[in-house]
Amino acid sequence: MDIIAIILILFVAFLAGMEGILDQFQFHQPIVACTLIGLVTGNPTEGLMLGGTLQLIALGWMNIGAAVAPDAALASVASAILVTYHGAGVSEGITLAIPLAIAGQVLTIFVRTLTVGIAHGADRKAAEGSFRAVEFYHLGALVIQGLRIAIPAAIVLAVPPEVVTNSLNAIPGWLTGGLAVAGGMIVAVGYAMVINMMATAKLWLFFALGFALSAVGDLNLIAMGIIGVVLALLYLQFAPEFNQGGGGGGSSSSDPLDDILDDY
Amino acid sequence: MAEEKFKLTKKDRLHVFWRSQFLQASWNFERMQNIGWAYAMIPALKKMYSSKEERASALKRHLEFFNTHPYLAAPVFGVTLTLEEQRASGEEIDNAAIQGVKIGMMGPLAGVGDPIFWGTLRPVLGAFAASLALTGSWLGPLIFFFGWNIIRMAFLWYSQELGYVQGGNITQNLAGGLMQKLTQGASVLGMFVLGVLVPRWTNMHFPMVLSEVDVPSDEVINFGTIAEAANEGVLSGDMLRNVVGQIQSGMSIEPVEVTTLQNTLDELIPGIAPLLLTLACVWLLRKKVSPITLIFALFVLGTLGYVLGILG
Repeated sequence: MDIIAIILILFVAFLAGMEGILDQFQFHQPIVACTLIGLVTGNPTEGLMLGGTLQLIALGWMNIGAAVAPDAALASVASAILVTYHGAGVSEGITLAIPLAIAGQVLTIFVRTLTVGIAHGADRKAAEGSFRAVEFYHLGALVIQGLRIAIPAAIVLAVPPEVVTNSLNAIPGWLTGGLAVAGGMIVAVGYAMVINMMATAKLWLFFALGFALSAVGDLNLIAMGIIGVVLALLYLQFAPEFNQGGGGGGSSSSDPLDDILDDY
Repeated sequence: MAEEKFKLTKKDRLHVFWRSQFLQASWNFERMQNIGWAYAMIPALKKMYSSKEERASALKRHLEFFNTHPYLAAPVFGVTLTLEEQRASGEEIDNAAIQGVKIGMMGPLAGVGDPIFWGTLRPVLGAFAASLALTGSWLGPLIFFFGWNIIRMAFLWYSQELGYVQGGNITQNLAGGLMQKLTQGASVLGMFVLGVLVPRWTNMHFPMVLSEVDVPSDEVINFGTIAEAANEGVLSGDMLRNVVGQIQSGMSIEPVEVTTLQNTLDELIPGIAPLLLTLACVWLLRKKVSPITLIFALFVLGTLGYVLGILG
């Protein structure tokens, strides 16, 4: 593998590490990170498959408030290197992704604690009125977050391929089979996390309806999306809590969503 | 400076918008998004204040604790820009007022952004894109990346502008009907889609054999005669037609009818096992069991089930 590919892999890893904290462009999401690593290592199809599978597992991994979720960045990058660069199987990559996500979580908690020191440094420079220094501290912390993934990625890259294959082959069959089975079930934890955040007693009705309709295979996700949007709009029109005549608050014309609803 | 009206240009506001995407770069456990907040405000502050003292005090008041959903910070930026603008124009707005607006908005906005962006939009878009990717289609990652970023950037810019134009009024608007409606509407959509995804996207299969029943020989299609006929070269169209007719009339292909646990569950209602598993996870999460513990427990459960031949 030539040097350019290695540089590109480390660049993707660095991007994923930065996004792991920024959560904006989503370079840390498996479907993006694994696909990109697959592209630069020359095994795009494996990267795509791994990315799609891991994405389903990572659906519910989200940072809420100060709570830190399992880290999609390290899981995607390191397992994609193992699969597309070292030639491990996609199912082995998925198995390894979970411990990697937890290792990444520990690393980001470490960096987020380290950054408290950076915040105090920024305070001192702020007292001198230096915009430039505050910017420098801010972006410095971002570089550390990028290296949080790039350095482990370099380590995984440097491991000789025969060590990787030997250690993968050393895993007994019952374990790989079992882990593959478990991998299919883990998605449920992600769904449960999302449900836990949204569910109120009333909203379980819609969950039940979705579950019943899911058995109708002819309704694909786009059709389901349309049904869901219709349900949401109907709910907003008819739910009593939105129809008690907004007395003191604002008139309906100051409420953009009402205007949209009125147009229907 | 205090005499003339100070006005930010669109270019200044675009600059703040661009930098607001780096809000979380130096997220820390003490004041969380504080430096990121100041970093995004710097282009505006630079124009407003030129002396070292003014700059130091502006930085100090924007380095206070701040934490919200990274996208829902955009309207807070808009409102704060308006407030800073008024202050730079000589109006009486003290640090406590600015900090009060930030703190007052961040809680409710985070409560809106988490379920909409993390709870609904990303899982739905992610699951849709992943389903495309698993069929080998490159549209999966492309739709995910561009779809997400177009929605996100449009949201960041327009909600920042909304905050900037509306100023203090937005707090009332957001706390009132609009945000509540958006949250409720998104949650209805999210719960419905989750109801669909749980059985479709959780892989649980139970190959364990519950019963093997010998099918009476007159209800089993006799493939032996056809195989003989084919070997002897006397296979005729009528014989094949006869077999297809038997298949269509529901005769058994196998001499032994095998019923697996999966068959029995499917007869009840398809997807019952993933549903129960998900509900169990919801219940355990409410009992304050951490997600990581659950993931490991499922690994153990899955491996045990596989070794015992219940799961496959």
